[in-house]
Amino acid sequence: MAKLRVGVVSPEREVWTGEADMVVAKTIDGEIGIMPNAAPVLGVLVEGGVLRLKGTDRGDFAAAVHGGFLACSGDEVSILAERAELGEEVDVQRARDALQRAEESQASGESGEEYVARAARARARLRAAGEDV
Amino acid sequence: MAAQLRIIRQRIRSVTSTAKITRAQELIATARVPRARDRLEAARPYTKAITEAVSALVTHHPGVDHALLNLRPDASRVAVLLIAGDRGFCGGYNQAVIRRGEALRRLLADEGKDPVFYLAGRKVEEWFRFRSRPYVRAWTGNSAQPAYADAAEIGRELTGLFDRPTREGGVGEVHVVYTSFVSMIAQRATAHRILPIEIEEREAPGGEGGAGPAPPPPQYDFEPSPQAVLDRLIVQYVRDRVWHMLLESSASEHAARRTAMMSATDNAHELIGRLTREANQARQAAITGELTEIVNGAGALG
Repeated sequence: MAKLRVGVVSPEREVWTGEADMVVAKTIDGEIGIMPNAAPVLGVLVEGGVLRLKGTDRGDFAAAVHGGFLACSGDEVSILAERAELGEEVDVQRARDALQRAEESQASGESGEEYVARAARARARLRAAGEDV
Repeated sequence: MAAQLRIIRQRIRSVTSTAKITRAQELIATARVPRARDRLEAARPYTKAITEAVSALVTHHPGVDHALLNLRPDASRVAVLLIAGDRGFCGGYNQAVIRRGEALRRLLADEGKDPVFYLAGRKVEEWFRFRSRPYVRAWTGNSAQPAYADAAEIGRELTGLFDRPTREGGVGEVHVVYTSFVSMIAQRATAHRILPIEIEEREAPGGEGGAGPAPPPPQYDFEPSPQAVLDRLIVQYVRDRVWHMLLESSASEHAARRTAMMSATDNAHELIGRLTREANQARQAAITGELTEIVNGAGALG
C-alpha cells in the first residue's frame, strides 16, 4: 500500500518527516483523517490540537500543534504549525504546571483569549504525551 | 629615555590585552555563524510550504481578497522596521542598516509619505534616542539568537498597524530594512516592502539544472473556506517573512562581527610588532646613552 510522505514543520525547525499510513488532525471544521490518495485539502488547524500519525516506521504517535495548517496533495502531507512538539518531547511536568497556572488565572477572574489559548495548548501537549486531561 | 621605554612597554601591554579580547570575540562569532545559518536552513521547509500554500490559494481563487494583499489609497503614513544588532564590535553592520534606513526615509519623504519607525536591536534604538528621533516601538535583546516568538510579536504589531486606516493611526505600507547574508565576508543592508504583500515564488535552491518549470500548485479543497484559510495563512506568511529577516540579520551580524574582530586582531598584532621594535630601539638608545656618559665621565676624571 502506498504511504503518505509527511512533514511536520515549524518556523524554528523541521519537527518530523517520514512516512505514515494515516494522518489525523483537527481542523476548525472537525477531525480530518488523511490516507494515501486523498483529495487535496488545505485546512486550518485548531489552536492546541493533537496530530496523530499512524503506521510510521516507529508505530503510531502524536504531536501537539499550535496554530497551523494542514496541506495535503497526492501522497504528500505537510503540517505547518507555528509551534509543534512531538509527544515524546513534551515535558509533562511543565505542561501540567502551565495548565494549572492558566486555569488558576481563569478561575481568579482573569478572563481573556490569552489564558484560554494557553490552557488549550497545555492540554494538547499533555494529550500528545499520552496523558489524560 | 627610560621614560619613553616605559611608555612603549605600557602600550604593548594594553594592545596585547585588547588583542586577546578581539581574538575571543572573533572565535565566538566564528562559532555562532554556522549555528545562525543552521537555524536559517531549519526555517526553510516551513517557508517553502507556506509560500506554496499561499500561491496555490491565490492562483486558484483569484476572487479571494485580503486587506494585506491590496495597495492602499491612503498610504500617506508608512511604517519602517529597522533590524540591526544589540551590540557593537561588528564593523559597519549597524551603521549600514541605519544608513539604508535614512536613505529610505528620504525616498519616502520625497514620495510625500510620512515614515514612522519601529526598531529591532539595541544599537539602532540608542542611535535614535541619542538624536532624539521619534520611534514607536523597539524590540531589543534578541539579535544574537532571535526566537520565533519575537517574530510573531513584531508581525502581529505590523499587520495590526496595516489593518487600520491611516487616520486612526494605521499605516499604508510596511517596509523592513534588514541585512541579507550574501556570504561569510559580504552582507548587504537591504530594504524590502513586506506589506502589502507581493507573493514571492522561489525556486528550490540548487534545483536549476534541468528542473523544468515548477508543477502547477494542486487544486486544494479549503477547510473551512478559501477566505478563512487565506486570513490565517496571510498573517502567518507575514510573520514568517519577519522571522526569516530576523534570522538572516542575525547570521549577518555574527559574520560581520567575525570579520571586524579578525581584522582588529590582525591590526593589534601588527601594532605590537611595531611597538616592540620601537621599544628595542629605545632600550638600545638608553644603553648607548649610559655608556657614552660613563666613558665621557671616565675621560673627564682621568
